[in-house]
Amino acid sequence: MSMLELRQVSKVYGHGATEVRALDRVSLAVDEGTMVAVMGPSGSGKSTLLTIAGSLEDPTEGEVLVASAAVTRMSRKDKARLRRRTIGYVFQDYNLLPGLTAAENVSLPLELDGMPARKAHAAAVAALTELGLAERAARYPDELSGGERQRVAISRAVVGERRLLLADEPSGALDSANAEAVMRLMHEACKGKRGGAAGGGMAAVVVTHDAQLASWADRVVFLRDGKITDQTAPLAGPESLLAPGLRS
Amino acid sequence: MSVRHALLALLSEGPKYGLQLREEFEARTGEVWPLNVGQVYTTLQRLERDGLVESEGEDDGPQKAFQITDSGGAELAVWLRTPPDLSSPPRDELVMKVLVAVRLPGIDVHAVIQAHRRYLVQLMQQWTRIKDGDAEDDLSLALAVDAELFRLDSVVRWLDAAEARLRRAATTDTGAIQPAQGPLPRQRRRTGARG
Repeated sequence: MSMLELRQVSKVYGHGATEVRALDRVSLAVDEGTMVAVMGPSGSGKSTLLTIAGSLEDPTEGEVLVASAAVTRMSRKDKARLRRRTIGYVFQDYNLLPGLTAAENVSLPLELDGMPARKAHAAAVAALTELGLAERAARYPDELSGGERQRVAISRAVVGERRLLLADEPSGALDSANAEAVMRLMHEACKGKRGGAAGGGMAAVVVTHDAQLASWADRVVFLRDGKITDQTAPLAGPESLLAPGLRS
Repeated sequence: MSVRHALLALLSEGPKYGLQLREEFEARTGEVWPLNVGQVYTTLQRLERDGLVESEGEDDGPQKAFQITDSGGAELAVWLRTPPDLSSPPRDELVMKVLVAVRLPGIDVHAVIQAHRRYLVQLMQQWTRIKDGDAEDDLSLALAVDAELFRLDSVVRWLDAAEARLRRAATTDTGAIQPAQGPLPRQRRRTGARG
């Protein structure tokens, strides 16, 4: 089932001579358990696509469906609930609240959604433990390394019953070893191996200009001037690139 | 990849048979570089001729064991610390194609760049799946896959940079990049500075 669907979505900023068409009739469907990467140069509309998919912004035209519900027709209140309950966000600069511990950062959206504090805390610690941060649960963001902060942000994005993971240059500020760890964790959350809603895993959209990150995705779409211009398909030929006949 | 020095490295651990060397070579390089057994024996013969290895026994069959000599050990130590020659750029087919596409009238260079970019990313997806699967418990394979991913990534980055440069050139009027049209103009001779 498609967890996210964009149908002919356009986004226009400004009017007349100053009009900028950030997205131009973009259609994209992402199933549960699938990670899609969106690649494109700066100004191609990647971040706009993500904020619209995450209902942080409304499209000028077209329709957005999350878990089959038409977001474009929802009330503000319903959208806010969808964002708290169903969608997890990961940003390049982590966006953790500095006055809260790692566990409090992760449990906050659950509490805002009405979960009792004790239960939310237990869920947060469990999510942090899954990502190897059990020891760091009581630490504040400024006591954590960049890689640890991003893992806290991922815990926050997959905790509870989240079904859709949206990430904007999630490893842009990290060295290559931490970047790989972050992508591996998001990939595992997406495949239902860690965190996320029980069962089929999450749908994930990762916006990046980094091909190494994008290569973790099941499908890579290329965005240019607000349009999806191309996408990857499995290569013909042997599944493995390793020397033939050596592995059986 | 120097098969010669890779074999010396394996023999520095102790005497080995030809077939065993082939298997260990492939295991150590994460099976990314396949090697045929003929290559192994030819290389061993040359190493023996050069006094870098010596064999035990008279037979030329698979039961012949090889061991490294002192000069083989010295050669290996020098090789490990000698940087490979990277001073002259390789003649890269992909770079050539893009350079040609820029000059040819009627060719959409951005479409050419995207075709290569898509293929490279698809290839990187395959390597990443190997990293996520087979390479998780295999350090040599993980290192070899990383090297390949960084190499392909650098080509994608070059394509991104090339595309950005072409776009900039198209919006400025320097005319730095123009498709070739007609015969080359005759070079004008300038006799002095003009105001």
